[in-house]
Amino acid sequence: MVFAPLAGCAFVCLSMDSFFTRFRNPLTLIAIVLVQVLALAIQVQKPVTTATPNGESHKVTLLRHWMLAVVTPFEKLAHGVSSGVRHGWNNYIDLRHEREQDEQLRDEIARLRTEQAQFAEDAREGRRLQALLAFKQQYVATTVAAQVIGTSGTDRSRILTLDKGYDDGLRPEQAVMTPDGVVGKLRDVSAHTAQLLLLNDVSFGAGVVLASTRIRGILRGASNGTIQINNLTADSRIKPGEQVLTSGGDMVFPRGLTVGVIESIAPDPQHQPYTAIVVKPAANLSRLEEVLVITGTQTTLPDAAQGDAAQAEATAETNKRAADLVAEKLPGLKPDEKKDDTVPATEADPKATLPKPKPVVHQDKYSPGAAPPATSLQPGAQAASPEAKP
Amino acid sequence: MAEHSYTSRRELDQYAFHPAVTVLAPLLCILLQVVLPKVFPRLAIFDLPLIAVIFFAVARRSPIAGTITGTLIGLFQDGLTNHPFGVFGIAKGIIGYIAASIGFAVDVENPINRAVLNFAFSLVQSVLLFLITRYLLADATVKLLPVHELLRAAINTAVALPLFFLLDRFKLRE
Repeated sequence: MVFAPLAGCAFVCLSMDSFFTRFRNPLTLIAIVLVQVLALAIQVQKPVTTATPNGESHKVTLLRHWMLAVVTPFEKLAHGVSSGVRHGWNNYIDLRHEREQDEQLRDEIARLRTEQAQFAEDAREGRRLQALLAFKQQYVATTVAAQVIGTSGTDRSRILTLDKGYDDGLRPEQAVMTPDGVVGKLRDVSAHTAQLLLLNDVSFGAGVVLASTRIRGILRGASNGTIQINNLTADSRIKPGEQVLTSGGDMVFPRGLTVGVIESIAPDPQHQPYTAIVVKPAANLSRLEEVLVITGTQTTLPDAAQGDAAQAEATAETNKRAADLVAEKLPGLKPDEKKDDTVPATEADPKATLPKPKPVVHQDKYSPGAAPPATSLQPGAQAASPEAKP
Repeated sequence: MAEHSYTSRRELDQYAFHPAVTVLAPLLCILLQVVLPKVFPRLAIFDLPLIAVIFFAVARRSPIAGTITGTLIGLFQDGLTNHPFGVFGIAKGIIGYIAASIGFAVDVENPINRAVLNFAFSLVQSVLLFLITRYLLADATVKLLPVHELLRAAINTAVALPLFFLLDRFKLRE
């Protein structure tokens, strides 16, 4: 009788033991999955933040840092080999049509210089007005060029690995662009590498403004790899082909950077009454080789840009003088004084510059001189028409 | 002279691998997976780590080993994405478990069976990833694109067959 409880306990233990032995495999799976589900919940609720020596904080988990550290050397090696081969091919072997391209580029530079000179005056006027309104424009002051050395390895996460990191001045949430336009922003930054979150990732968001209508919206990546603005209601002014720029409202991207152009506009069936505006990015996001990380902005025009602006203004002045000289030498371009109806302006009579009206063919109440002077009119009285006069 | 006798299908088809192969083969798959899409962006549709999980799981025939292998490879993949840790870890852990369990019942040396397994597991992983992202992470924007996932499964199957043949050379009979 005394041994009965002990026997029962032993039986339960043996049963438990056989249970765990029998269901060892599914129990292991359940345990591993449960641990990961809990880990997911913790990460989603409270992202891990590590502090850096200078007091700033950025979200890089230690595990992620280790994995990047394992993969990065191989990525750098592969990138070095591929860029060496490509460099050798492009610079030493594949040189066909180089002269033609060189000529075309020279022509384009000349054309762009002329355009730049034309825009210089507008830019100067714009800056003057901004100063009057005390508007704080953010100009790109410093950038760091970085090479793309790897990807996330899946099309479910649109992330690229850059070969520069914290030690090169990169920080999370810094804007990244190419000469064509914005491409994304930095996410996790480790000592020597950084993760670039592309525009078309589902977790990306940025404030944008439509260039001509000045309508503001929020740009987001979609799961099918497109980028969309889906917080705007239907508006007939929004047309495909309109340029999309950064608005500066997100405090990540400086204002006025090119994002892309509107590709299509369609009603969003899931979020009525909003529309799904698909934007075609200006930069080719699937072929990025080198990017510029914007590491600093300033409220004044950078020195190099000031030099360019001064040069453009000088060119514009030269062009204007040359045009005046040509106009003076070409008699056909001078105004025909015999046919001119205006009276030469004098300082004493500035109203003389007004053109004389041509004589009317059929007199009516709208003809010059037909309407009575305003001083003779009575409030509420009916104006007499010319036909009613005897 | 030693005489081998096999009393069950499990003992007949169970294989082991050199530790270096166990570590380097999945690592190489992951490295290729992150480097190849940079040169050829459309290759991001591949899932070489998934192929490695399926291969090692069906070769070892151990559900626990399959689960652990799948989880570790998946967690490594998570580290390179912007997902929280566990998205690929859960999906590939479950795939490893099922693949090892199915390995008992199916002749995994047959190329047709291998093709069917890879195609099916690719689709299963797509569904699992969708469910994890949609319901565990509560991301309402994620969508399951059936045509794209079928294409992904077909391409992964095409890649898996020669890769399985290559990895067969590293098998060691236990």
